[in-house]
Amino acid sequence: MSDPIVNISGLNKWYGEFHVLRDIDLEVEKGERIVICGPSGSGKSTLIRCVNALEEFQEGEIVVDGIELGPNLKHVDAVRREVGMVFQSFNLFPHLTVLDNCTLAPIWVRNIPKKDAEATAMKFLERVKIPHQANKFPGQMSGGQQQRVAIARALTMNPKVMLFDEPTSALDPEMVKEVLDTMVDLAEEGMTMLVVTHEMGFAKEVANRVVFMDAGQIIEANTPNEFFAAPQHARTKLFLSQILR
Amino acid sequence: MTDIVASSFVRQDLVAERPAPVKTSGFVGFVRTRLLNSPTNILLTILGLLLVWYTVVPAIKFLLVDAVWSGKDRTACLAENAGHPVGACWPFIQAKSTQLFYGFYPEAERWRVNLTFALGAVLLLPLLVPRLPAKSLNAGLFFFAFPAVAFFLLHGGGITGFGVSWVAGLLQLFADSISGAGAILVGLSKTSAAGPLLWAAGSLTALIGTLLHWVIFPLTWLRDQMQAAGQGPWLDLSITAVIVSVILFMLGGGARAGSRPLMASLATFAGIAAVIKLMGLDHGGLPIVDTRLWGGLLVTLVIAITGIVASLPIGIALALGRRSTIPLIRIFSITYIEFWRGVPLITVLFFATYMLPLFLPGNFTVDGLVRALIGVSLFTGAYQAENLRGGLAAVPRGQSEAASALGLSWWKTTSLIVLPQALRHVIPAIVNSFISLFKDTSLVSIVALFDLLGSLRASFADPVWTTPSTAFTGFAFIGIIYFIFCFGMSRYSLFVERRLNAHRRN
Ligand SMILES: Nc1ncnc2c1ncn2[C@@H]1O[C@H](COP(=O)(O)OP(=O)(O)OP(=O)(O)O)[C@@H](O)[C@H]1O
Ligand SMILES: [Mg+2]
Repeated sequence: MSDPIVNISGLNKWYGEFHVLRDIDLEVEKGERIVICGPSGSGKSTLIRCVNALEEFQEGEIVVDGIELGPNLKHVDAVRREVGMVFQSFNLFPHLTVLDNCTLAPIWVRNIPKKDAEATAMKFLERVKIPHQANKFPGQMSGGQQQRVAIARALTMNPKVMLFDEPTSALDPEMVKEVLDTMVDLAEEGMTMLVVTHEMGFAKEVANRVVFMDAGQIIEANTPNEFFAAPQHARTKLFLSQILR
Repeated sequence: MTDIVASSFVRQDLVAERPAPVKTSGFVGFVRTRLLNSPTNILLTILGLLLVWYTVVPAIKFLLVDAVWSGKDRTACLAENAGHPVGACWPFIQAKSTQLFYGFYPEAERWRVNLTFALGAVLLLPLLVPRLPAKSLNAGLFFFAFPAVAFFLLHGGGITGFGVSWVAGLLQLFADSISGAGAILVGLSKTSAAGPLLWAAGSLTALIGTLLHWVIFPLTWLRDQMQAAGQGPWLDLSITAVIVSVILFMLGGGARAGSRPLMASLATFAGIAAVIKLMGLDHGGLPIVDTRLWGGLLVTLVIAITGIVASLPIGIALALGRRSTIPLIRIFSITYIEFWRGVPLITVLFFATYMLPLFLPGNFTVDGLVRALIGVSLFTGAYQAENLRGGLAAVPRGQSEAASALGLSWWKTTSLIVLPQALRHVIPAIVNSFISLFKDTSLVSIVALFDLLGSLRASFADPVWTTPSTAFTGFAFIGIIYFIFCFGMSRYSLFVERRLNAHRRN
């Protein structure tokens, strides 16, 4: 494979004096599933938020599906239309019903007629297995259901890449599985995914590559088998020993 | 270990239902359990009863029992003629009611005021009932069409031009003021030490002014031709309709988006034409009633409604400006808000009425009522901005991030996601400002506008009705009117709040 859909090169970012991202290079192929892990504060969220320009950066370049996103954040809108994102805290719009949450962007960004947008939204709500809740408000649903709506909402825009920022870490254990199952389904359909998570089971099952970050840099990237069986760097070993106990 | 012998029990006779020994339901029960159930509550109940005794009873006595209900002049409301102590003197209100409602609005034209308010009510009521359909058409009619129609109904007068003429007039004023400023600078340069510099700046400004005159020349020429043709506003209206429709058509994405925006635009202009024809605006319209003749409830409602409708958009713009990342906009918003919050409304009204004319170009006068309207709207706008700021701060950052991540632009994120949530948070504060605006309209009486309160005070001067209870009657009457409006707003806001926050109930 040679045609990366996301190409991050020489990415550097500072918060004031604090150097959060240092010389990040990462190529993501079409259909590839990448899991990013690392200790808290290592810059994982910052990295994937750079991909859809929720954060600006000072040096380097990100190319998404041939659209170039430089430090001056040109083409932000074009990139965001191709990239879906799922947040740790769901961020559903509480004043809109589940269905309206899912039709808002297709109607207002893609100018799709309301009827068609609703049909598409129902299709995706069926895929995440909550079509019968379409007229509820987000506040009336469980965390797991909300997160699945958030995934459906992102999918209604037909993104080429999906970003997940710790999608399960705000959930009770019994709800983690329903969300992970949804993500596994998505992976099997060939979606390109960049997932920040501490769910190592998910990484082993789904990922093509696991990227380990610490102190704003990529320390190690490898296939899940290699990564978990034979970590190379001392920090990776330490991290794995702490979370796999 | 001790032996615990478990005893067995089997009921032989079922217990029949008995009434409670102390009544806990009904009126007696309510009194017992809520009013007299503890020494503190007994004390509070007694205090409450005393309060009612000393306020409600005298009020009823004054307004109803001792009131005089009919009469021709003050003699009817004097104790020696009525034969009992006199409370409210209602014939006074009856005699002055037209003044309290219309001020000095000519009697023959009062139907225009009634029609305006009837029209406003017909448009407003369906807007307030959430179940009724066609909200956007209704809102468009109420917020855009109604103010224009109301102006020509209440004030009168007609139009000779339309969009093209107005735009030409505005641009010409703008170009004139630039040329004027240039001329002043050149004039100053003759006496000042920095003469050459001022002369250069002045000449440059004047040159820009002249250039502007040439740029807008086609427009002014078109206007003059139309004026000369003497067709009234019709030609201008058609040209404006064509220009606006074409622009909308282009902006809306041309033929791809279908003909709906075009149809909507043409329908709007057809509606405008119908109104112009119906009201005879092309032939000078209704007779002009100068705003100095307006008064009473008419003025109060005009100021309150204009203030309410205009202050919210001003407040929204300022609140958003205050959070802007563009320093110039942010500084402007903060300065504006802090300035208007720092001065009393009375000062604002005085300034608008007596000082503003000094700042405006010589031949440019603004009607006294309009000045008060502008002052009140800008003043309340600053307060609404602060109310809204709280609401904006309560919307988590994740909301706008999620919207941006879906590809929504800043405008769409703000208008579809952030503002609706922010407004829901601050409905009570916003309505609070509306209510205080409604009551503050009474301050305009100090700048020679006769609102409800001002008209009442003026009516006290009439010697035909001077009795000891005239003043009390008048104040009680308009107090009730103010209360009805404010209480109505308050209750409606509670209803809206409950309805819009339905999603928070689980
Ligand atoms: N707005 C900000 N201003 C300054 N520093 C920030 C800001 N946001 C994040 N940081 C810092 O940047 C670093 C990386 O943050 P980031 O949220 O990317 O970490 P993370 O790897 O996602 O951690 P976690 O697993 O806790 O989510 C942290 O040290 C954090 O304190
Ligand atoms: Mg994070």
